[in-house]
Amino acid sequence: MATRTPKPHSPSVDEAPIGDVDAERRAFLVNTTTAFGVAGAACVALPFIQSMNPNRAVQALATLDVHLGDIAEGTNKTVLWQGKPVFIWHRSPAQVQQARAQDSKATMDPQPDADRTQKPDWLVVLGICTHLGCVPMRGGAEDGWRCPCHGSQYDMSGRVIQGPAGKNLEVPPYRFLDDQTIRIG
Amino acid sequence: MSSHQDFTPKPVEKNIRNTYRWLEDRLPILSFLSDALVTYPAPRNLNYMWNFGSLAGIALVLQILTGIFLAMHYKGDVNLAFDSIQHIMRDVQWGWLIRNLHMVGASFFFIVVYIHMARGLYYGSYKSPREVLWGLGVIIFLLMMATAFMGYVLPWGQMSYWGATVITNLLSVIPFIGKYVVVWLWGGYSVGDPTLTRFYAFHFVLPFVIIGVVVLHLWALHLHRSNNPVGIDLKRAKDYIPFHPYYTIKDTFGLGVYLIPFTLMVFFLPEYLGHPDNYIPANPMVTPAHIVPEWYFLPFYAILRAIPIKEIGVAAMFGSILVLFFLPWLDSSPVRSARFRPLYKQIYWLFLINFVVLGWCGANPPEGMFVIIARVATVLYFSFFALLPVLARYEKTKPLPATI
Ligand code: HEM
Ligand code: FES
Repeated sequence: MATRTPKPHSPSVDEAPIGDVDAERRAFLVNTTTAFGVAGAACVALPFIQSMNPNRAVQALATLDVHLGDIAEGTNKTVLWQGKPVFIWHRSPAQVQQARAQDSKATMDPQPDADRTQKPDWLVVLGICTHLGCVPMRGGAEDGWRCPCHGSQYDMSGRVIQGPAGKNLEVPPYRFLDDQTIRIG
Repeated sequence: MSSHQDFTPKPVEKNIRNTYRWLEDRLPILSFLSDALVTYPAPRNLNYMWNFGSLAGIALVLQILTGIFLAMHYKGDVNLAFDSIQHIMRDVQWGWLIRNLHMVGASFFFIVVYIHMARGLYYGSYKSPREVLWGLGVIIFLLMMATAFMGYVLPWGQMSYWGATVITNLLSVIPFIGKYVVVWLWGGYSVGDPTLTRFYAFHFVLPFVIIGVVVLHLWALHLHRSNNPVGIDLKRAKDYIPFHPYYTIKDTFGLGVYLIPFTLMVFFLPEYLGHPDNYIPANPMVTPAHIVPEWYFLPFYAILRAIPIKEIGVAAMFGSILVLFFLPWLDSSPVRSARFRPLYKQIYWLFLINFVVLGWCGANPPEGMFVIIARVATVLYFSFFALLPVLARYEKTKPLPATI
């Protein structure tokens, strides 16, 4: 049985002669077909990409009501909203004063404490370090929080005072439904 | 038995030979394999550093095999994942062995590939005409890191969860769209069930993608053949020996040596390279006091933490790996092997030591002295690459031999 040796492909011999083909017209057709093909592929990719975004069940967990009555003055509570910890701190008047006194030191992402709260004694911030998302713990140079992961620090208003984080702890959207309840989200 | 030997093929042999030719004519796969593993002409002066490529291949196959058997018992659901690991360790017959092999195997895979890369760096294997071969290697390295990272998330312990959170958040520095990219990757507003399930899917499939890139890697290798410790181009046929039996036997011997520490770890120290916090189930409310990635990410992790500004830290960390792609053009010295480059040889060893120092910083908390050392080491890491073009200009290399 003989083994065939494949012939090398030679464009000049193997391809049909161009002859009277209108090269410009052919190029136009090839280009438009390619353009439509690419656009079509992009359209098909879209549902697949979108399928990876939060699904309806995840989106449905958008709000959380928190009862404030059981958070004594001076203490903290951490709740889980959309899978993210939220710090709710019932600050005493002295702590509020301290936090406001720190306004001038928070130079990395300046924002007065008064703009970060709806009622001065309630500080509500996401318990997510704005560096890479760890949960900070109480402590740090200004008696606020420090992050165990890469050493960022926040003051008593949740403002960043030491990197690598560059932004203050985020204030989530929330409103007071009444004096004793907030709705986060 | 007669003393007369008959060399004419028996009918059976004839049939086998004909079947071989028949298949060859339709799909020349057997000769392809033989070209790659039997007759492949390899330089005759390769040292043991050249064992690590085939070891890496074996390590990859072992990860895939053990992984498939783990997948038969693992559950990629936040409510079941942690317990399904315990189920594998306690209930599944030999499950502990398969899991230990997979866990220790991942660490050893990285050891092998790090040595493999250090070999290429020392002998200048990344230089022309092997730039693409090297680049494919860096792609494999990136894919390996992605695979290992997602695999570590699957047990859904504290380290899994917080490792996943920190690493995925790296993407939040992408300008404008970063926030959306992260939510898209999570499939939620934090790392959660959708994240775990998709990471499982990726972790399963990526090793097969790696196989594909390894095939390209070997294709590129075979085109210009292996570099060698002397680093010169080999022109004479007698500089080469066939892969089989010379290197098949050498690689098999190397494998035997490799399996000694490997099995020791599997049986006696399976947790040595892991972290005890990963035996605490994931808790989105508390980050462990000291989180560290797996040891093979530590040098890069140290670079991330060394820089006090988020965006720059992330860029430096990715940059420290991506710079490897440009190595063939940064180092323009025509001499490959460090044996003939006295200065390069020195900064090469400094670079390796510095890399270990970075890893040591990464393992320690980002405080006090460690921050300072990490910063110095980060500067040194990049200085190595910055020095290469200068070095190529001014270094007086030793004369190269004409042959090996
Ligand atoms: C799954 C991972 C990998 C596998 C299975 C693999 C496999 C191999 C094999 C079998 C060889 C030939 C034997 C040898 O020279 O040792 C080789 C050569 C080579 N590899 Fe890899 N490799 C991997 C990763 C990498 C990485 C991460 C790099 C570098 C970034 C790299 C760079 C090279 C270079 C430059 C060569 C040519 C070496 C020479 O001939 O001097 N490889 N690889
Ligand atoms: S995640 Fe908080 S400092 Fe990095």
